[in-house]
Formats: sequence, structure tokens, C-alpha cells
Amino acid sequence: MNSSFFHNKYKGIVIGGSAGSFKPITKLLADLPKDFPIPIFLCLHRLKHVRHGFIEALSIKSSKPILEPLDKEIVRPGMVYLAPANYHLCIELGNTMSLSTEGLVNNSRPAIDLTFKSAAYVYKEKLIGILFSGANKDGALGMKAIKDKGGVTIIQDPEESMMNTMPLSAKQVTEIDFCLEAEKITNFLLDLYKAYQK
Amino acid sequence: MQRDIEIAELRRLTQYIDDNFDYDFKNYAMSSFTRRVRRVIELYKFTSVEALIKKFKNNPSFFQEFVSEITVNVTEMFRDPTFWSSLRDEIIPDVIKEHRKISIWHAGCSSGEEVISMCILLKELDCLESATIVATDIDQSIINKAKKASFSAKNMELNKQNYERYGGKNDFLSYFVEDEGFFYIKPELIERVSFRVQDLVKGNPFSKFDLILCRNVMIYFNQTLQNEVLKKLHGSLFKYGNLAIGSKESLIWCDIANKFVVVNNEEKIYKKIKD
Ligand SMILES: C[S@@+](CC[C@H](N)C(=O)[O-])C[C@H]1O[C@@H](n2cnc3c(N)ncnc32)[C@H](O)[C@@H]1O
Repeated sequence: MNSSFFHNKYKGIVIGGSAGSFKPITKLLADLPKDFPIPIFLCLHRLKHVRHGFIEALSIKSSKPILEPLDKEIVRPGMVYLAPANYHLCIELGNTMSLSTEGLVNNSRPAIDLTFKSAAYVYKEKLIGILFSGANKDGALGMKAIKDKGGVTIIQDPEESMMNTMPLSAKQVTEIDFCLEAEKITNFLLDLYKAYQK
Repeated sequence: MQRDIEIAELRRLTQYIDDNFDYDFKNYAMSSFTRRVRRVIELYKFTSVEALIKKFKNNPSFFQEFVSEITVNVTEMFRDPTFWSSLRDEIIPDVIKEHRKISIWHAGCSSGEEVISMCILLKELDCLESATIVATDIDQSIINKAKKASFSAKNMELNKQNYERYGGKNDFLSYFVEDEGFFYIKPELIERVSFRVQDLVKGNPFSKFDLILCRNVMIYFNQTLQNEVLKKLHGSLFKYGNLAIGSKESLIWCDIANKFVVVNNEEKIYKKIKD
């Protein structure tokens, strides 16, 4: 793998997923070290009116605490943030997050495109976007925004994805730096972790 | 328009609006405000922010349309059902017990779903007659819609589900009259409500209330503006009055947070304890 990706300048990692992504993402969160330093923003399609339960389910195995941010909450290193049900999650200049109840985007709220695009705008080349399994196109344009701003794009290998529409759609609209099986995505982040230990 | 809208362009736009129409969007939250501006530009097929400003110059009456498009009006009846049940079971009975009447302000009421929820709640508590309710929004056309109080059948499904989750004790649809796919609230339910246009940013406190609901409105403001508006809301509450904000908002970051105590952290209900 090209070593130029493994530096310690990243400001954020955005992760999107829908149908079929829950399992690989919980696995990823379980395998990350507790002190993994880069803030992670999760935008996953979820049931609109189930306010509770989801985060608990995600947290069971996670090595790191997962938080649903409140509006204008400050981004802290090493945290995992989950877009709350029925709100779009955006990253703002000045190191805060904001929430919005704007209409559905790609039939979703939270929409992956909005989280990814806002993060791309703020973090530019210091952002990694990861898109997992899913049955719709949400996230594809977000990945394009990340690439256009010089960030790193990673998709779960469509061969391995339970639903491949999401990673494939991203691949259709933009350049993908890495197409990896879920386990390799974890390894990628672990290698990155090492870069931060130096 | 393909490229990003630049911060300098946004500044020119908000400055022009402030100078000519006396509305101040300078401190709206960047990412959503930019998206809303972009949306208007695409909707009306302008080529740039400059073109939008030019439209204002040539046709000032377009501005009201702009306000309608720029604001986010998404709302539901009994949104966050547990919030409404805590109003019903804790907050409102306390106020009524103490004062035998209640004054309520819905700040940023959008198309009125929240107001209707309140009226139904009060009716079921048998204290609708003891309430005075003011409902305001910055957007004239959404206030007109709220006054009409008609709701499409499509949205009623969700409203009804929320009402049931809230534990409403009646047949929800009995509060409405159906006509050609629209549900109209029975007029006697909202006759005590005064709907008005009011801008939280430029406007000043106009009365005092026992309970203010300002939910999912300040999320569209940056922190500076949240602070300013919170001061106005504070000034519009009687001492020991209650303030409800959206379930994903917080007062913790605000300058005057210490003038409130948390009544219900899960539902984001606060009480003013200091003037
Ligand atoms: C998302 S809606 C919230 C509706 C309702 N409170 C709820 O929680 O379901 C936000 C509303 O705030 C209004 N708003 C935005 N800026 C405002 C301002 N400066 N003054 C008053 N209302 C404003 C918008 O027009 C919109 O109707």
C-alpha cells in the first residue's frame, strides 16, 4: 500500500453505511484501540422513531464510547460520534457539529451525503471517507466531495458487501483510493494508528 | 451552480439583506445556511449568489419568497412523544396548580403542528380554557399556513402514530374534519391561539410566559446567535417559567446557562431560576 497515506495529519474519519453495514462497523469499532486518536463520525441509516437502542447495540462491543452529539457540540479527538435518528449531522468550521431537520436527502435523514460533504468542506485533504454496504446511493456524492477536496476514499469491497449498491455508486462517481474487505479497512486504520504513535 | 459558495459571497448576500430588508442571517449556522442558499439558487436557476442579489434589487418582493425557502419548516405533531408526555404529566399540571392559568409561546412554530399538539394536550388535561397561546415564526407564508391548520392525509399517518406513542386517550382523527384528502383542525381547538410573524433575531421580548417552546429553531443559528436569542427567551419568561428546546439541543454552551436549571435532561426542559 502506498505509504503516503499513513501520516498523522488527519482531522476526521467519516463512515457511512446502510443495510448490511451494522455488522462490519461494529466489528471495526471493536477492533480499534481505545486511544485511537482521530475523531470518527458515523452516519448510518436507521429507524426514524427509535431514539434508543441503536447506540447501545453499537456500543456493546466497541472499545470506544459512542456519543450522539448535541447541536454545536465540540469535536474532541478520539471520540466516536453517531448521527442521531431523524437529524442530519454536519461538521462546521470551528470544530463543532451541527444538527439539522432539513428534508430527507436520498430518502434519508440522517443522510450520509450531508455529513460527508460538510466534513469534506471543513477537513479537506485531512479527511478519510469510508463507505460500507448499503442498498441505495446515499454517500456517493459525499465521497466525490471528499475526493475533490483531496481526502482519502475507501469503500468496502462490493464483492463482500451484503448490499453493494452503496459502494458501487461511489465508485461510479468518483475515484476510490482503496476498495477493501471490512477486515482490511480495520487494518488500514490500525496502520494509521501506528503513524500516530510515532 | 457547480462550485462551492464562498464565504465572501455569503457575507455579501447577508449584508445586502440586512441593509435592505432588515433581516439578519449573518449568524445562521454555516453548513445548513449555505445549503439553503444553494437550494434557492438551483430552484430559481440563478447562476450565482450575485444573480440572487440582483434579483432582490430588481424585485424586492421576491425577498419574502426567499425567506420561505431559506427556512427549514419540517415539523410533526407530537414530535418526540415522550417530550409531550412529560409536559402533560409534570410541567403543565405544576403551572396550573400554582397559577390556575398558563401562558405559552411557541417560538418558531412553523406550520403549527406543535401548536396543535399543545392544544390537544391542554384539551385532554381539561385546561385549554386556562391557556393563552402565542405562536410565532419569521416566515409570513408559514404563519398563513399554520392559521389555515389543514394537513395532508399523507402526514396524518405519522402524526397519529406519534399521538399514540404519546399515550393520547382519544381517537386522534376526531379532532379534525376531513375534506378532500385534507384534515382541518376543529376551530374551537385553536381559537385561543394568536399566530404572528416575529423574528427572534431582530425582534425584542413582547410579553412574558410560563412556558416557551423553541424547538429545532436555534439549531439553525451559530453559537453567537444562540446566545443572543437565548437571552431574549430568558427575558420573555416569568421567574420559574419553563423553556423547552429540541431534544438534541443544549444550553450548556450558552453564557446564561447558570440562570436556568435542568428540569428534564432527556427532554431538554429547563426552568428559569434567576432574572
Ligand atoms: C424546523 S422548524 C421547527 C418547528 C417546530 N418548532 C418543531 O420543532 O417541530 C424551524 C422554524 O424556525 C423558524 N425560524 C427560523 N429563523 C427564525 C427566526 N429568526 N425567528 C423566528 N423563527 C425562525 C423557521 O421559519 C421554521 O419554521
